[in-house]
Amino acid sequence: MNVIVDTMKPVDDVDRGGEATALLSVRGLIKHFGSSNGLLARTRTVVRAVDGVDFDVMKGETLGIVGESGCGKSTTARLIMQIIKPDLGEILFDGEKVGSTALGLNDFRKQTQMVFQDSYASLNPRLTVEDTIAFGPRVHGLPRKAAVERAHDLLHRVGLEPSRFAGRYPHEISGGQRQRINIARGLALEPRLLILDEAVSALDKSVEAQVLNLLLDLKDEFGLTYIFISHDLNVVRFMSDRVMVMYLGKVAEVGPSESIFTKPRHPYTEALLASMPSMDPDHRTEEAPITGDPPNPINPPPGCRFHTRCKFTATLCANAEPALHDVGGEHLAACHLANPESGHPRLSLA
Amino acid sequence: MLLYILKRIVYVTPVALGVSIFCFLLVHLAPGDPLTAIMPVDATAAQQAEMRAAYGFDKPLPIQYGIWLWKVFHGDLGNSIATGRPVLSEVSRAVGNSFILASVATLIGFTFGTFFGFVAGYFRDSVLDKIASAVAVLGVSVPHYWLGIVMVIIFSATLGWLPPTGAGPDGSGNWRPDPEHLRYIILPAITMSVIPMGIISRTVRALVADILAQEFVQALRAKGLSEWGVFKHVVTNAAPTALAVMGLQLGYLLGGSILIETVFAWPGTGFLLNAAIFQRDLPLLQGTILVLAMFFVMLNLVVDVLQTTLDPRIQRG
Amino acid sequence: MSAIVDARIALPKIKASRGYWASVGHRLMRDPVAMVALAIILLIVLAAIFAPFVAPADPFRGSMLRRLKPIGFPGYPLGADELGRDMLTRLIYGGRLSLFIGVMPVLLAFCIGSGIGVFAGYVGGRINTVVMRVIDVFFAFPSVLLAIALSGALGAGILNSIVSLTIVFIPQIARVSEAVTTQIRTRDYVEAARVSGASAFTIVRVHVLGNVLGPVFVYATSLISVSMILASGLSFLGLGVKPPEPEWGLMLNTLRTAIYTQPLVAALPGAMIFITSISFNLFSDGLRSAMEVKQ
Repeated sequence: MNVIVDTMKPVDDVDRGGEATALLSVRGLIKHFGSSNGLLARTRTVVRAVDGVDFDVMKGETLGIVGESGCGKSTTARLIMQIIKPDLGEILFDGEKVGSTALGLNDFRKQTQMVFQDSYASLNPRLTVEDTIAFGPRVHGLPRKAAVERAHDLLHRVGLEPSRFAGRYPHEISGGQRQRINIARGLALEPRLLILDEAVSALDKSVEAQVLNLLLDLKDEFGLTYIFISHDLNVVRFMSDRVMVMYLGKVAEVGPSESIFTKPRHPYTEALLASMPSMDPDHRTEEAPITGDPPNPINPPPGCRFHTRCKFTATLCANAEPALHDVGGEHLAACHLANPESGHPRLSLA
Repeated sequence: MLLYILKRIVYVTPVALGVSIFCFLLVHLAPGDPLTAIMPVDATAAQQAEMRAAYGFDKPLPIQYGIWLWKVFHGDLGNSIATGRPVLSEVSRAVGNSFILASVATLIGFTFGTFFGFVAGYFRDSVLDKIASAVAVLGVSVPHYWLGIVMVIIFSATLGWLPPTGAGPDGSGNWRPDPEHLRYIILPAITMSVIPMGIISRTVRALVADILAQEFVQALRAKGLSEWGVFKHVVTNAAPTALAVMGLQLGYLLGGSILIETVFAWPGTGFLLNAAIFQRDLPLLQGTILVLAMFFVMLNLVVDVLQTTLDPRIQRG
Repeated sequence: MSAIVDARIALPKIKASRGYWASVGHRLMRDPVAMVALAIILLIVLAAIFAPFVAPADPFRGSMLRRLKPIGFPGYPLGADELGRDMLTRLIYGGRLSLFIGVMPVLLAFCIGSGIGVFAGYVGGRINTVVMRVIDVFFAFPSVLLAIALSGALGAGILNSIVSLTIVFIPQIARVSEAVTTQIRTRDYVEAARVSGASAFTIVRVHVLGNVLGPVFVYATSLISVSMILASGLSFLGLGVKPPEPEWGLMLNTLRTAIYTQPLVAALPGAMIFITSISFNLFSDGLRSAMEVKQ
């Protein structure tokens, strides 16, 4: 039996804010991408990628973020990681503002890491596996020998034997193995929060199952908190404690996983769930639940962003943008129908 | 479309400006006072100062540039120090000859180049492809001035079929498209055509092979389109880029003709440049380079617009 | 249980992975054309370096009696030039200057051009636009014209030739470097490196350079043949090396009058330029193919 040196310490003693404080708190996050139409343009087209997003991530939970392409979930991830600078908004980590004197960017980086989608470009083709994983720790000052040791330890923990994999190059390993290495890289700095951006989307189903189980095991082992971003609803349901649904740069609905999946309160969520092809021949998916083209984030519709495709739309919806309303059990939905005082015509019919 | 043309013109203007600044500064790059080329060696300080003022060399550089640019816009490129004639007239006379030579060479190069390229692309990885590709590589690697000398050795010195130098029987006159002058253009044009032939051949080969491998061609074949039909498709898809490359090659030949023109004593801009360099005739040097560079910039613009007209997908940002 | 343990021990040792360049080299060695080209290049380079030991005679000693002797003349295996000097010796020594003036500018342009290109490519934004537009100005000139314009202005001489050719190639290499860097910059592994908090300098050093310099280097090798032709061209025009220095382009010029009497001898220097140039070209092509298969 090999004795693997335990180079990863459990995360509990790093907890500063206590049980009640959210590990991550995002308030009013806004990011617009401008693109000018050449020298002769008078207006700049603005892509409202993220347009006012608030949410919390509690310690030890997995928050799933779902939505179609263009809804802003990947941009949100990058804003949290500070790879892109937000235009407006506040990000608090364990109660402290990121980038302030209490929590510098470097410290934040050590505590929050990201796992990317497996693509051929997720690993540097010129570096060996162990060098890729050891890069982060070395940047933060760990001497080479210790960093490589940690890399080997992590490889072992993600199920890849160091003696076989440490010296390999990316082109010599399969997709599932690459993704495990992505995960190992994400854990190399011993973070408390791990953002998984479409981490299993590119994998075959059987491999996907293995990787998801690995993620669950690691979460228990290291006491991690996850943000799990995906467009695959089944996977999100499997992984998440709470789920947040995004649409066109804003939060449509957020709440406990089962609550969202069994009793959705936002028409968009309903439509998303209904559009999943049914496995049950007795309950076939008959009609297309959503009509119309998905509008692009450059010119979002006025009022509620979903009203152009919503089957419950009323004049109110075109004029006023609904705020997130608590419908009970920590479940919030940004829909006039969820708010008994909104004045939506359908409410008086009930 | 018009908007695109305007945008491209706007894009090109700073480049053209940069080119003019470069040409202007060229003279000041030269070691020594530009004045020394103009003045006799024993001029007195007072005469030097007078000349300096007359040429405007005493003013600060940006102002000199402004004055120079102003004159250029009015067609005044200064006078050649050697001959005293206006630079513009010398250059215009020479440009015509160079243009004729470059055009003929480009045509020859394009014809043979596309032929070789098509053969290579259609019969990819076959013996024909290897031969055609080898010819193309040869074309690109050969020092064309040496090739010119070899051609002269073979066809003039040894066989005596064609004249070795000059543009016409009356020495370095102007070339005219008549039977007498025809013999004079053959060797220089063929020599010059080798490089564009090599480049066009490579480009066409890559284009043709690429298009043939694309899925829509396979779909066409599956639907039963004849080979001739497929061929026409390939041509229409390859044409824009191929023509663009040809246009650019024409520009390169015009700008880079100095070596061949020296070998064949062809009275073009290259020959003029040669003379200007050795006589340190800086106004002539400057003017010739400016005209050639500007021509190249304009040619690039025309090729760009034409290419986009033929294939709107190619639009540049 | 012990069977499993034993089986584990019995597994063959996985051989160490080949690095990227090692696999490129391996593929290159299987390419006959590239290998022949490389052999020719090495031959010419070695002959040039060891010229005093390899050449039969003194490159500067001529004899008015033995001017323009043909190939195979006793004592002059490749003939004698217009001043009676041994051609074989002149060609071997000529390789020194021709190779030097041909390769040096590409080397310098590679260092400077890739620096500019990687910087502009990584930084992006307005700085990138400004830098690339300045480079566009140089692209407005056909290379030959630019080389001659610069040489013409600076004057003749080896140093001036190297300077003007370097300036001709910097924009080309810069443009390629910038394009590749911009592509690499958006790759996930670079983002991952940023996420781990590394400084821009570290990211460029560890992740970007290794992936950019390879393709740029191959492009640079393809420029060597062009550079040699241009450099010799400059000497041919009298803008480069001055007589009596042996250099292929210059020799081609001084032997021009001999084309009527000793055409083969007169063509020799050009043949050397041609052979060297095409060898570099073929080797560069082979290198590109060897690198392309990966990823």
